[in-house]
Amino acid sequence: MNNQTILVIDDEFQIRKLLTITLQSNNYKVVEAATGKQGVNIVSNHPPDLVLLDLGLPDESGHEVLRHLREWYTNPIIIVSVRSSEEDIAKALDNGANDYLVKTFRTGELLARVRSALRKPGSELNIPTATFRDLTIDFASRTVKKDDSIVKLTGTEYALLSILARNDGKVLTHQYLLNQVWGASHQNESQYLRVFIAHLRKKIETDPNRPQHIITESGIGYRFIGNAAVRERE
Amino acid sequence: MMGYRVVAFMLLMAVSILAMFLDIVPVLVAAFLSAVIWDFFFIPPTMTLTVGTPEDGLLLLMYFIVALINTVLTSKIRKMEKEVKAKDEKAKSVKFYNTLFNSLSHELHTPITTIIGCADNLQGNAPSLSEKNKTELVSEISVAAIRLNQQVENLLNMSRLESGILQVKKDWCDINDLVYKVLQRLEPNLSKYRIAVEIPDQLPLFRLDFGLMEQVIYNLLINVTQHTPEDTLITIQVDSQRDRLILVVADNGSGFPKKEIDKVFDKFYKLKGYATSGTGLGLSIVKGFVEAHQGSVKLENLPVKGSKFTIEIRTEKSYVNRLKNE
Repeated sequence: MNNQTILVIDDEFQIRKLLTITLQSNNYKVVEAATGKQGVNIVSNHPPDLVLLDLGLPDESGHEVLRHLREWYTNPIIIVSVRSSEEDIAKALDNGANDYLVKTFRTGELLARVRSALRKPGSELNIPTATFRDLTIDFASRTVKKDDSIVKLTGTEYALLSILARNDGKVLTHQYLLNQVWGASHQNESQYLRVFIAHLRKKIETDPNRPQHIITESGIGYRFIGNAAVRERE
Repeated sequence: MMGYRVVAFMLLMAVSILAMFLDIVPVLVAAFLSAVIWDFFFIPPTMTLTVGTPEDGLLLLMYFIVALINTVLTSKIRKMEKEVKAKDEKAKSVKFYNTLFNSLSHELHTPITTIIGCADNLQGNAPSLSEKNKTELVSEISVAAIRLNQQVENLLNMSRLESGILQVKKDWCDINDLVYKVLQRLEPNLSKYRIAVEIPDQLPLFRLDFGLMEQVIYNLLINVTQHTPEDTLITIQVDSQRDRLILVVADNGSGFPKKEIDKVFDKFYKLKGYATSGTGLGLSIVKGFVEAHQGSVKLENLPVKGSKFTIEIRTEKSYVNRLKNE
């Protein structure tokens, strides 16, 4: 399954070394770039399967590199950033990054994020039924089952759950969710988002206080975890 | 009528008193003016600047010289006093910073020394090390690095606070989510403690900075685990009173020493007699982050056993969660 190529764009030699060793020992091919320009060049000449992009680059900001890449490059981009600004991370996610890792991260976390980002087929939206451990969502008939019994969801709850589940493993920002579920005019009504997430958790989580499916990403948004989802295709 | 010589003494006294409070220049002016006034109004012939007798001329000259000496001496003494005080204060703060740097240096150097030492061993003596030794060294590096990371995190938070770049980004928060998120993060540290969470079912949403409040609760709980034995009961209570959020973290441990209870929020303060590692910044960050929300935090010992942190933050709340579910 591997042999996929990952491009690491980071100006810190030690971080590149660490990422390279970690990824290579897990059978990924690694290409390194120390500057944003070099990174963009490599992507345009030999598009990798995934890009790990540091936000703090010396020549141009990671945000610019991201915007530049997203003009044509559609494979996953994972942001690697120094802990500090939730705003920065949310901005990168809204601009098309698939996921983020905060330095200092553990290598296990890195590999899990990479695997999850690479796993996703582009045609996710066409899957009629998906099973996420104890949860089954039938997108065609808009029904949700937990442990084989039907969960009654309101229209908004279903809309929220389906958008989260269709982006299994990916962080969706508050802004994005408000936009998608309530519409652009409700950008600032995050209190509804909080309330509906709480409602959803009560209905689909075994213990709503220890959620296993809908995870809070502090100050940024929510992440749905389907984990080893067994997808059924018709 | 009072003799004009007595007036000279009264004026001299006035100048001396001024010298105790004012700088040298205004006092010199006062000394000069008072000499002129004495001459003009009191030395016969009065209402002129002329002096009648040579004796009075001598008196006037002596008056002026005495006033001058008085002024200069007093101001010299005051200057010296100021210098001594400044020196004292400097010595005190040097002593304070020395203690602080010693402690900080220890906290940072211990894990760094461990990491470098273990790495050296792995590099230099690799062939002679048993597999078990290697595993141990690697695990020491890991533990030390995590510890170092925590200290750096604390220092960075503190400098965010002190530099004034800290921005409170308030958004609607589900307090349940907040509290349980921290508890989940701290699961490995809290596994041997008993935890009781008391949050009312219909608690409104509050506008807070989720990330900062997460750090506040995290630091409070870490603090409890550092100062109480395993199996201690930790209670987290949240309530809404009028326009306020009340958050309580209490434990039934041994409480704080009375003498030190007021100091625990001070920067770099560490309780005496506890061997716990730490920069002494955890609780001052709690205080800083809460105050950044215009809130307050207080600590008290409980009457029977244990201690209790109470956080009060005045902020907007929303009851949309009480609306019927569509």
